[in-house]
Amino acid sequence: MSQPPPSILYCHCKYAQVVPKEVKDAVLRRLCESGVAFEAVADLCEMSARRDPALARLAQAGPVKIAACFPRAVKWLFHQAGAPLSPDQAEVLNMRTLTAEEIGTSLLAVDLHANLPVGKFAPSDQPTATSALA
Amino acid sequence: MSLSTPTLRILLYEGEGAQPLAAADRYAAISSLLEKGYAVTRSAADRPVAPADSSPMLVLGRFPGSPPDVAETDIPVHFHDITALAPAQLADLVETVRTDTGTAQHGAWKPWFPVIDYDRCTNCMQCLSFCLFGVYGVDGDRHIQVQNNDNCKTNCPACSRVCPEAAIMFPKYKAGPINGDLVSDADLQKEKMKVDISALLGGDVYAMLRLRSEKAKSRFSKERDSDKALAERQKCLIKLAAAGDIPPEVLMSLPSPEEIARRAEEAQAKAAAARGA
Ligand code: SF4
Ligand code: SF4
Repeated sequence: MSQPPPSILYCHCKYAQVVPKEVKDAVLRRLCESGVAFEAVADLCEMSARRDPALARLAQAGPVKIAACFPRAVKWLFHQAGAPLSPDQAEVLNMRTLTAEEIGTSLLAVDLHANLPVGKFAPSDQPTATSALA
Repeated sequence: MSLSTPTLRILLYEGEGAQPLAAADRYAAISSLLEKGYAVTRSAADRPVAPADSSPMLVLGRFPGSPPDVAETDIPVHFHDITALAPAQLADLVETVRTDTGTAQHGAWKPWFPVIDYDRCTNCMQCLSFCLFGVYGVDGDRHIQVQNNDNCKTNCPACSRVCPEAAIMFPKYKAGPINGDLVSDADLQKEKMKVDISALLGGDVYAMLRLRSEKAKSRFSKERDSDKALAERQKCLIKLAAAGDIPPEVLMSLPSPEEIARRAEEAQAKAAAARGA
């Protein structure tokens, strides 16, 4: 049996104007018209801040294409929420720099071009017990 | 505001037992929910969506008869028929369910907080010592961590300017590399944008962080020259002001040398406690 295509995650960047509105609206419209399954979230940053368990279930769902912003930001937002993305299973499409057309086409393509920046930190290096400053 | 309240998961169901939505209606429904801060899963047979977890779930769909059966589960699942609902009414319905389930309200806080790139971070602790609002802490292995996101001052990227490695991002910032764009060599060279936190002290607080004996601490306090510290602090204020995007209330209340030293000691004590736990 062939592998299902990667799952799709769309970020609406609700609480800032850094993603052009016409780009994010056109990407969402294309997803809705395509009839595919996808996850749409209002604001990945907000989810990361609240360590929303949804990020863990999204990160653990296998290969994923994410329409959001810079891959470096998305990588560490997931990490900071305790839900690291697997570097070889995630492709981030940057709605701050790419066109809606480019993003829509890449999101719906079945092949995944993993593009998280890879550095010295291993995905398994998760924080240990915390000690907050008062 | 509590960031730990569970969130409501919304599933737009168009499978067996439900009538599919026209593309325009689907877009209108999902957009209206995103604009209210919700996350929506649109399921279909072509590819996977994230599996269920323990979050309360609201299933929306056009159900001509009774809603589809659900396999036995401990997750609270609510069904609503949305056949006759306009997008605005849909958002109202979801808000009612959110209140009834006691799940998180969205939009009360602009998600502005630092995100650390651990591929770059050297764990120097400058950000922890600098931040006025207790946003940073350390984990049990004394690694720097962002712990109190909602203490962060909205639109203030000051700590990203004190980080010597350009390791601190604010994804909603307007420009790179603070917004998460790649860090170039030129970015690292922009020393004029950086504020040397040790200059705030007229001494080396980081050496103190490493040397834990009482003797070392007393040497640190003797060596600190308060006039020099004040002059350096003023220089730092001017540099931050020149960056042009630090909120005035942050500029007005940069930590005193004593406050920075106190925070450094506190962080160290808490790290030791976390290690011993
Ligand atoms: S992850 Fe990027 S696109 Fe999404 S909310 Fe944060 S800044 Fe906006
Ligand atoms: S100032 Fe930068 S390098 Fe130093 S601990 Fe903070 S994030 Fe890491």
